[in-house]
Amino acid sequence: MTSLVLPEFLHRVDHQRCRRCKRCVMSCGFGALQFLERVVADHAKCVGCHRCATFCPEGAITIERNPTALRYNAHWSEEHRKAIWRQAESGGMLLSAMGNDKPYPSYFDHLLLDACQVTNPSIDPLREPMELRTYLGSKPERLEFGAGPDGKPRLTVELAPQVQLETPLVFSAMSFGSISLNAQKALAMAAEKCGITMNTGEGGLHKDLYPYSRHVVIQVASGRFGVSPEYLQQGAAVEIKIGQGAKPGIGGHLPGEKVPHEISETRMVPVGTDCLSPAPHHDIYSIEDLAQLIGALKEATRYEKPVGVKIAAVHNVAAIASGIVRAGADFIFLDGFRGGTGAAPTVIRDHVGLPIELAVAAVDDRLRREGIRNRASLVVAGGIRSSADVAKAVALGADVCAIGTAALVAMGCHLCQKCYTGNCSWGIATQRSELVRRLEPDVAAERLVNLVRAWSLELKEILGALGLNAIESLRGSRERLRAVGLDQTTLDILGVKPAGR
Amino acid sequence: MWKKDERIPSGCAISGFINRCGRKESGEAILRSIAAMHERSNGLGGGFAVYGCYPEYAACYAFHLMFESEAARDRVEEFLRRSFVVQGAEPIPTRSVASITDQPLLWRYFLEVRPESLTVGNTFLTEEDFVVAAVMEINAHFDGAYVASSGKNMGVFKGVGYPEEIGRFYRLEEYQGYLWTAHGRFPTNTPGWWGGAHPFALLDWSVVHNGEISSYGINKRYLEGHGYLCRLGTDTEVIAYLFDLFQRRHGLPLSATCLALAAPFWSEIDRLPPEEATIARAVRMVYGSGLLNGPFSIIVANRSGMIGLNDRIKLRPMVVAERGETVYMASEEAAIREICPSVDRLWYARGGEPVVAAMMPLGAEAEAEVA
Repeated sequence: MTSLVLPEFLHRVDHQRCRRCKRCVMSCGFGALQFLERVVADHAKCVGCHRCATFCPEGAITIERNPTALRYNAHWSEEHRKAIWRQAESGGMLLSAMGNDKPYPSYFDHLLLDACQVTNPSIDPLREPMELRTYLGSKPERLEFGAGPDGKPRLTVELAPQVQLETPLVFSAMSFGSISLNAQKALAMAAEKCGITMNTGEGGLHKDLYPYSRHVVIQVASGRFGVSPEYLQQGAAVEIKIGQGAKPGIGGHLPGEKVPHEISETRMVPVGTDCLSPAPHHDIYSIEDLAQLIGALKEATRYEKPVGVKIAAVHNVAAIASGIVRAGADFIFLDGFRGGTGAAPTVIRDHVGLPIELAVAAVDDRLRREGIRNRASLVVAGGIRSSADVAKAVALGADVCAIGTAALVAMGCHLCQKCYTGNCSWGIATQRSELVRRLEPDVAAERLVNLVRAWSLELKEILGALGLNAIESLRGSRERLRAVGLDQTTLDILGVKPAGR
Repeated sequence: MWKKDERIPSGCAISGFINRCGRKESGEAILRSIAAMHERSNGLGGGFAVYGCYPEYAACYAFHLMFESEAARDRVEEFLRRSFVVQGAEPIPTRSVASITDQPLLWRYFLEVRPESLTVGNTFLTEEDFVVAAVMEINAHFDGAYVASSGKNMGVFKGVGYPEEIGRFYRLEEYQGYLWTAHGRFPTNTPGWWGGAHPFALLDWSVVHNGEISSYGINKRYLEGHGYLCRLGTDTEVIAYLFDLFQRRHGLPLSATCLALAAPFWSEIDRLPPEEATIARAVRMVYGSGLLNGPFSIIVANRSGMIGLNDRIKLRPMVVAERGETVYMASEEAAIREICPSVDRLWYARGGEPVVAAMMPLGAEAEAEVA
């Protein structure tokens, strides 16, 4: 059937400058370029990932949004019309990747941080110590002491296991399968270097990553791929994945053609088998089932590592989170509706879930009101774009922020949102060996380390301006936030005063 | 009265001394000491805490109250009569001082807790819990009324004015105490709010504070989660409540409380001997929301002693001196030399390291006298 959808991008080559080196043709993972005496583009295949333009030695390539105009209609947007054409042609659900890209309000952009002037001094992070260290895990509400043999106070309770993070950042879960092994290696190397963690996602842990296991959070998801006693022994912490911000309530599907040898071994499924992650865990149909799985995983890991639960932020998130803490989770990974994915039905990605800012505020409030905030750490994710977002999320109540999309962007991702095709020209979201090879783990790791370092420096600068020298003094301190342009109900939910008050 | 949900930052002077054998003296010395730091106040707040001043009512909780109106007094007195056995009630004696105006009605009550009020349904409260709840109730829910202090055999005398004027106003030379602390305030605006002056007190904890708590927002939320209501418009009250929470309710050793309030840096903790490191790490992890971040020097007192503490990077001054069994702490050396020109020992307290001056156990007094 002929497609009625015009190309999104126009690929332009300045043939005067082009030296016919064909590098761009090889660069394109989507087969949009051909060499027929000169470079010829199939515009319809161009996804706007910029790999060709970035590596053109002559700077001869420009990629434009297709200016061909459809008649303007505020209700029947171009996007709606194109979606209908695509569905009329395919009869299928539309797929997307990465996070919700619709213009819903970003509450981060309505929040401003405080700073010190005169009455309390700001602190210069270049001269004074500035602490970002954070411990992920359950803390008791209070400590108890007895007297040691020398008469000195001695702790009589042992703390639950904790993961030490040198900065309040971790890498979000991205499975081997959704991203390449090289991308995972880069994340693991960077996590080790930064003193933070990466997360296996639900695809198991490749043997090559075992040396980094102290900096790896291993995931147990509904498909249980790659879960074995050996797998559980690896890792700094275990995370039960219930949901994901990009597709709350939806499972996953890695088609068999994307399951070559290495993935089959890591996921423990035969080569070429479809990997179906059911929407719910088939052994979790209520909170008490979750409590059992948490207990079983703690037992299996001999109570040596924190066991947490990842959920998507949905309407009743505060009550759900409270239940999860009471079920024994040592941390909650809270994923907002801007969170990324390798593949999701577009309708779900774009229309389900909650903004993370409101979710973290509601959850932190609820846990405090119930007196159980200390029992679990809050890892917050779903559209964290900058150190400012991190600082604001922490002030709203997050212990740690997780970054997935930002980490991919650091490695070269341009957010073309075509991860589900497996053709990633940047070698990140693909298993095609000729593409994977281009992502040099060392180089990508260096870019990640630089990003984490840069954000950490900025966080220190923000803390110093606030007159604080430890991140825990910002955590939950909504007094240091003011809002511009938000209505009273939203202010109440965020627990933040309007600017000027 | 000042709107209770707004906070006023301030700079300050503090001074305090304790006779560790319990020998008492009048308020004249502390007045001279705090007056020596006149420059550090701006006439918008001064106050004193004294311990041992009500021996005739030693078993009673001495409530010092400020009222904006007779109506507020009626309401609170009705509440107090309902909740306690009132053993004594009288206006706090004052004298007229030209510069002190707009004073609220100042009353004190000597209260005993009825044993039967400690059982609420199936819950059993301690006497202290009951008193704390009553203080929170008055401060938060009785308009125009505010509890200045609520401890046994101690009292807080404070108001708007220079501290030496406040001291004369309250006729402090007529009181005898073994432990005195004082505060001169330099707030950054003019609320004229008597309750906003220091010391802040709860039960027999009192705090005088020079500095500003930059972590107030989270300290307040943390305390609210434990039933403390911060309604007094300054950051200092969180210090008094944190001491009450950590020391009395959680039963932490004093060293652990100080570790929580002015925690060592992680890099220091990592270098400690393993057992100490375990404690320090656990305290920071569990009580991170109680870390007092930002500049402060504080003198915290209760019936059994006095603690001086600086923030961990020492952004506020504190000098400590010893003379015999008396320990002095002040923002400036001059304030100590004014009342004790020749000291045995004088030093500058280090950031984050508590200086503890505890009462000597009974019997030690005789030895000290011999010495």
